[in-house]
Amino acid sequence: MMSIQTPAEGADTFPLPSRESDRGRGGENQTNSPVGADDTLLCVTTDIDTALAHSAEQDQNFASIHHATLFSRLKKILPQGALLQVKEDLAPYECDGLSAYRRIPLAVALPEDEAQVVAVMKACYEAGVPVVARGAGTGLSGGAMPHEQGLVLSLAKLKRIVRIDKYSRTAVVQPGVRNLAISEAAAPFGLYYAPDPSSQIACSIGGNVAENSGGVHCLKYGLTVHNVLRVRVVLADGDVVTLGSEALDSAGLDLLALFIGSEGLLGIATEVTVKLTPKPQFAQCILASFDDVRRAGDAVAAVIAAGIIPAGLEMMDQPATRAVEPFVKAGYDINAAAILLCESDGTKEEVGDEIARMKAVLEGCGATEIRVSQSEAERILFWAGRKAAFPAAGRVSPDYYCMDGTIPKRRLADMLIAITELEKKYGLRCMNVFHAGDGNLHPLILYDANVPGELERTEAFGAEILKLSVDFGGTITGEHGVGFEKINAMCEQFASDELRIFHGIKAAWDARGLLNPGKAVPSLHRCAEFGRMHVHGGQTAFPEIERL
Amino acid sequence: MSSTTIDEFRQQILQRQPLRIRGGGSKDFYGSVPSSMQESNLLDTRMHSGIVSYDPSELVVTVKAGTTLQALELVLATRRQFLPFEPPRFGDDLSAATIGGAVAAGLSGPRRATVGALRDFVLGLRLMDGVGRELKFGGEVMKNVAGYDVSRLMAGSMGCLGLILDVSLKVLPMPMHEATIGLALDQQPALELMNQWGGEPLPISATCWADGLLMIRLSGAEPAVRTAQQRLGGDLVEADQAAQFWASLRDGQHAFFAQTSPHATLWRLSVPSVTPPLEVGGSSLIEWGGAQRWFHSEASAEEVQTLAHRCGATATAFRYAPDRTQVFSPFAPGVLKLHQSLKHAFDPHGIFGRGRLYPEI
Repeated sequence: MMSIQTPAEGADTFPLPSRESDRGRGGENQTNSPVGADDTLLCVTTDIDTALAHSAEQDQNFASIHHATLFSRLKKILPQGALLQVKEDLAPYECDGLSAYRRIPLAVALPEDEAQVVAVMKACYEAGVPVVARGAGTGLSGGAMPHEQGLVLSLAKLKRIVRIDKYSRTAVVQPGVRNLAISEAAAPFGLYYAPDPSSQIACSIGGNVAENSGGVHCLKYGLTVHNVLRVRVVLADGDVVTLGSEALDSAGLDLLALFIGSEGLLGIATEVTVKLTPKPQFAQCILASFDDVRRAGDAVAAVIAAGIIPAGLEMMDQPATRAVEPFVKAGYDINAAAILLCESDGTKEEVGDEIARMKAVLEGCGATEIRVSQSEAERILFWAGRKAAFPAAGRVSPDYYCMDGTIPKRRLADMLIAITELEKKYGLRCMNVFHAGDGNLHPLILYDANVPGELERTEAFGAEILKLSVDFGGTITGEHGVGFEKINAMCEQFASDELRIFHGIKAAWDARGLLNPGKAVPSLHRCAEFGRMHVHGGQTAFPEIERL
Repeated sequence: MSSTTIDEFRQQILQRQPLRIRGGGSKDFYGSVPSSMQESNLLDTRMHSGIVSYDPSELVVTVKAGTTLQALELVLATRRQFLPFEPPRFGDDLSAATIGGAVAAGLSGPRRATVGALRDFVLGLRLMDGVGRELKFGGEVMKNVAGYDVSRLMAGSMGCLGLILDVSLKVLPMPMHEATIGLALDQQPALELMNQWGGEPLPISATCWADGLLMIRLSGAEPAVRTAQQRLGGDLVEADQAAQFWASLRDGQHAFFAQTSPHATLWRLSVPSVTPPLEVGGSSLIEWGGAQRWFHSEASAEEVQTLAHRCGATATAFRYAPDRTQVFSPFAPGVLKLHQSLKHAFDPHGIFGRGRLYPEI
C-alpha cells in the first residue's frame, strides 16, 4: 500500500520524546553498577528489583554469577567491537521506547549472523546469564529494558533482506530488518507487508514478532501473527528450530502462533518469512465529527454492524484534536466532542461503494459534519493529525504516558467518560486516540515528571485504566505488550492457575529461565505481593500464598 | 447452568484414565490411532452446548464447545455474518460437527488462502487442563497480547492438551456479492494463474483446480466482483451450482474425496503455493491458490512424506489410510522436545488424546 500509504501514527511518534521522565525506577541504581571493560568484571550483588521474577512461585536471582569466563568466551565468538562493556557504550541500551524504566546491562553483544547468535546463546546458557533480545528498541512496554545481571543481545546487525519473491508473495528477512523496509523492497512488485505499527519506519520485524505488533489496519489485514509464515528460532540452549513453513499449514502444535508475541521469553528469532499482500489500488477516508462521545462510539459499532470492515477506523477526542490541529492543520473540527477517521481501500469501485455506505451509516448516527477526502493529498492530511497525536502530546505537556488497553467496542464511550472522571480524581489531563475499529485504546496521560508525585499519580491513573479495560471484558494490552511496564496488571487479568500454565510454557522452552526474566509473566509471589487480590470465578486468587 | 456438565467433565478428568475428547464424531476418521487409543474412555462434549454471547457489532461470538457448527452458523446467518474460515463439517448430513471439534482439528475450508485459517479467528477460550483446572486465555477482543497465545495453540492440538470448554471467535460480515467463474486449463497453467492472480488486488475468496477446470470464487462489493469477473474471463457458473460446489469442497463431499481403492490413502499436502505439479501418478485436486494438494495414492507413507519433505511441505494421511499409527509429517527432534514439554505443562498425567497427534505425546 506504499503509494497510497495510510501512515497512521507514523515515524514522528517515535522514539518517544526525550523529555520523558528520566526518573525511571531502575535508574537510581545505575551509578552503582561497576561497569568496566576488563574481563575480571564481577557482578556486584546489589539487591535485585523484586520485579525481576522468573520462576512460577518466586523471583529468580542471577546475582553472584562469575562473568569473567563468559566475557572472554564472548570476545572470541564476536567480531572486534561487537561486545560492548564500557558504560558510555551501554547507555544507549538502557531502555526501549518506554524510557521511564531504565537499567544498565552487564554488556551488549552485537552478533552479525545466526551462527554468532547460537554461540552467544550457548555461552550464556552455560554461564547461567540472562539474555534480553533487542531489535530496534522501539517497544513501548519496557520489554527490551536490560537486566542488570544480563546480556543485551542486539539483533540490529542481522538486517539483510534475504529474498523477496513476487510469485510466492513472500519475503525472507533477518530480524533486524525494519518493518517499513520490507514494504519498500516489495513495492516494485505491487506488494507490501500489511502490519503497520506506528513505529514502522524504525521498528524491526524481529521486534514485531516478539510483540505481535498491530497497527492501524489490523481490523482488515490482521496482526503480525496473521502475516508471518515461518520463523527460525534460536532457543535458550542454542538449539535452532524452525517454526511454521512457507506452506500455509505445518505439522503438529502451532508453535509459531505461540512464539509470536512471546516478548523474547521463548527464543530469539533469527530469520522471518512474511506474507506479502497486494497493494490496494485506491483508498479514501471519511472525517466525521460528533458532538457527543457516546454517539461517536455508537457510530463505530454501527459501521461494523452494517457489514463493513473499514481499512482503518480511528477515533480522537476533543483534547486530542485540539492538541494536534494548531500545528498540523488537518482540518479537524475542534468543537467536536470526538472525530472518527474511516478509511476504505480496494478497487476504485469497491471504495466508492463502501464510502457511500459508511457515509450513510455515520449520518444515521448523528455525525455533525462529514468530509470525504477528495484527493490523495487530502486523505494524507486527514491522517496527518492522527499521526501527530503522540508528538502533539509531547508539545502540550512535558511528559506523557501512553496506555494500550483493548475493550469491546460497545464500551468505548463508557471508557471515555470514565477517563474524564479519572482526570478529575488524579488532577491530570488525558487525551485519547483509539484504534476504535478493534477497540484498542491509546489514552495519553499528560504529566510533568519534574513535579513531585506526578509520575506516581500518572502510573496510578494508568493502572486504573488497565483495570477498567479488564472489567469491561477487554485486556491490559492490545499491541504494546506486557514487558516490564504491565507486569503487575497481569495479576489483574490472570488467575494463578493461568499464570502457572504460562510458567509451564516458559519452562518448556527455557527451563533455566534465562530469556528476558522479569518480563511479560509475573511470578505468583509477585502477584501476591502486588496484593491486588484478583478475584476470579468468585474465588480469591493465590490463597495458597501467605501474604505480608 | 452447565456447571454440572463442567463438574462431570472434571470428575472424568480426575480419574486420570486416558480420555478421548469427542464432539459429534464427524472427524473420527482423522488423526493418528495408536494401538493404545482403544483403551481410552470417551469424553462427550455435546452436553455442553449453546451460544454464550454474540454481539454482531463486535464481530465476536462466544460459544460452548459442544455446539454444532450448523447451529452456530444458522445464528450467525441471521445477522448476515459467518465463520470466514469455513470449517469442514464432514459426515452425511453435516449436522454432527461441533465447534470444539473444529477448533481441536484446526482444519480450514476454501477461504483459507485469502482470509486465513481457523486459528487466525480464535480470539480466546476457556479450557480444562489435565488436572481439572478451568483456565481462561485470550478474550473477546481483536487485539490482545497479554500472556502467551494459548488460544491459538489449542487450534489444531487434536485434544491432546486440554478440554476446550468455550471458544470466542472473530466472525465477519457475509460478502455482499459472490460470483464463481470456471476456466478450462491444465494443471501447470492453472497453478501459474492462481499464483499470479494471488499477487494482484483481486477479490478472490477461493480457488480450486481439478480435472482440467479452474474454478475461482470472487467475493466482495458487487462492482468489485463484476470488474474482477471481466478481468479474469472464463465462464460464469450458475449461483446455486457454485454454492454447492464450494460446500462440497469444504465438507469433503466432492466426488474427488471418495475412496478409490481399499489400499489407497487420501493424502493432503500443505505446500508452498508455487510448487510445480506433484508427480503422484494419478489425479490431483488443488485448492488454496496452489497451497493445498489432494491426491489418492497406494504409495507408502514414507514415500509420500519424502516427497512432501522435498518440496517444503507437510503431508497428512487424511483419510482411508490402512495404517493410522502416524498420519502427520514427522518433525525435527528439537520441535518434538517442545511438544513433549508443552504436553506436560497442560496434561502432566498424559490423559488427553494419547497419540492422536503424535505417538510421542
